[in-house]
Amino acid sequence: MQQVLLNGVVLAVNYALIALGITLIFSIMNILNFAHGQMFMIGGFVVYYSYGLFRLNYFASLVAVVAVLGVIGWCFETFFFRRMRKMATREENAMLLAVGTALLLENLALSFFGEKQRGVPPVVSGVFKIGDAFLPAGRLLVMVLALILIVGLLLFVQYTKLGRALRALAQDREVTYLMGVNVDRVAALGFALGAALAGLAGGLLMTVFGINSGVGTVYSIKAFIMIMIGGAGIVPGAILGAVVLGFAEAIGYALLPGSVTYLLIFVGLIVFLLFRPQGLMGKPWG
Amino acid sequence: MKINQCHRRWFLNGIVLVALGSVLFSGSLLAEDVLKIGVLGVMSGPAASWGLVNKYCAQTSAQLYNEQGGFEIGGKKYKIDIVAIDDKNDPKLAVSGCERLTRQEGIHYIIGPNVDTTATSVQPVAEASGAIYFPYAFQKSLYSPPHGNAVLGMIASYQAGPIIYKYLMEKRGVKSVSFIARNESDPLNQRDEGVQAAKKLGLTVKSFNDTYEPGTTDFFPVISRVVSNGADLIVLSGVAPADAPLLLKSARELGFQGILSTETAQDIKILNEVAGSAAEGFISVGGASTPEIRSPEMEKFAERYKKIAGEWNDEAGTKVYALEIILQTLRTAGPEAINNVELFKKAMDNFSMKNPFLKEDKPLKYVGTAYFSQARQIGVPMVVNEVKGGKFQTLFVGSVE
Repeated sequence: MQQVLLNGVVLAVNYALIALGITLIFSIMNILNFAHGQMFMIGGFVVYYSYGLFRLNYFASLVAVVAVLGVIGWCFETFFFRRMRKMATREENAMLLAVGTALLLENLALSFFGEKQRGVPPVVSGVFKIGDAFLPAGRLLVMVLALILIVGLLLFVQYTKLGRALRALAQDREVTYLMGVNVDRVAALGFALGAALAGLAGGLLMTVFGINSGVGTVYSIKAFIMIMIGGAGIVPGAILGAVVLGFAEAIGYALLPGSVTYLLIFVGLIVFLLFRPQGLMGKPWG
Repeated sequence: MKINQCHRRWFLNGIVLVALGSVLFSGSLLAEDVLKIGVLGVMSGPAASWGLVNKYCAQTSAQLYNEQGGFEIGGKKYKIDIVAIDDKNDPKLAVSGCERLTRQEGIHYIIGPNVDTTATSVQPVAEASGAIYFPYAFQKSLYSPPHGNAVLGMIASYQAGPIIYKYLMEKRGVKSVSFIARNESDPLNQRDEGVQAAKKLGLTVKSFNDTYEPGTTDFFPVISRVVSNGADLIVLSGVAPADAPLLLKSARELGFQGILSTETAQDIKILNEVAGSAAEGFISVGGASTPEIRSPEMEKFAERYKKIAGEWNDEAGTKVYALEIILQTLRTAGPEAINNVELFKKAMDNFSMKNPFLKEDKPLKYVGTAYFSQARQIGVPMVVNEVKGGKFQTLFVGSVE
């Protein structure tokens, strides 16, 4: 049971980093970023090439991830979603565009990076034993870095000027505009930040799981589950959703056959959404 | 004057017609005879390695033959044209791919697909279109009567499994085994066959119900339970090349000291990159052409393969056989067999040639009668590998009759 609980903690922290990026983008733009998993995947490949092949320092490769995914996120918002917002009369158009960006990134990745699974040498090696449970050093490093990033993001959003602007934009776009905030610039930076977070999650988890160009969809689905549980667009909700999913997986796999675990998770999610469609911390729609 | 102009027009038209006819006629004389061979398999996703190796092997062999002017059948040389389609491990895409190959491209010989679900899905299409296909799927019904259009391209898990388990019992003292499989038809069948074989040999089966979903990346929670059973051997049934290193790494990080094995082919580069030292001692069914047993022709093939694919893949040692045996059987059956698979099937019954890829003088023929009641399997050597120092080392070499 100790191993199960430890697995749950590790999964929860990993998933929280994935969920934060998508909830940030949803909060400021009201769009579910279907390309979130693909951005995660590209982050992994940036680490593969920079740290794995070109032998850059691992932390320098994480900086490269932020730069690359930040540019991708900024470009998507500036050239795709902003234009769509101005032209489209229906919200579904933005969602379709988001799906299109996911397919674009996945196929570009397949063309450039190929289809094979890729891995990198471990950043740290060794396994810690905590009671009867095992915690590999690599996973501990990912967990610590993820926690630092989560705390850093929460502080940024709470105490910086740009963070306040992002929160204002999430609450009310028009009023934010009337307050003199350059809404377009803040939205682009917010999208870039969300994309960078997805990429960082990929860059961190890459050292544990490896990466291939097909993993994006799986992570996107998990991110959607987390924000549905916690509440879309709510940062603490995303963290709560990650905790719920992480422990559900860890306990489910320990007690049930693998196929039943996710069946029960999805059934549970459907039943939960029937009673609380806004998630645990979200406000009711309308 | 009018009559002269008319004559001139006719004369000029006539010259143009003769010139056009010459070009067309000479064009048809220069047209090459082309033999199209299809490759249908998974070329993307976690199991991409399986289909891509099929494609690269076919392209390599085709290139080598085409450089010599083509492959000779019935006194005529045929240029080999490989038409490859990615079925993404999706039965629907496998069916549409097979339809395209057989009905649009007019192909009668297909290498692939790679797994049970896609191989069974194309069976009706291939049989209706008069095509023979060479799957790498293990379901016995594909190769058993009344079906006769499928030829297994490798050693099946139920053929390799008992031999591997027996070896480990005798040489490594293994007494108990646990199984874990991907939650899909092919791996689950392989697991069931493996459990039966293990019980028959007298091994204690500690667990066999553990599965994981396709797309899983974090195997820690999944394999924690398997490791806790304390078996001497954990069998990764039907494991894809992308998943194997993650399972190995997780098992070793959880403190598992025993043996890990599988009956599917693996990719040493992926194992080294993703699992690193955790892959040490991992046992798998290898390519049927290790450096110790390969002939000069196989060395030549391997060099060319590296140029086409970018790197060698151990699986290519097995998958090189498919196109070679198709071409050689067609040569035996005659050029009419190119469009008539019944003639091909007749030629299969007594087909035998010196194995061009082995140093030793051993025959290459169709085998499998003991499993399928008919010879519907390429007689590739069975090579079992163990990872040692980041490389595949041959544990033993066997065969199927």
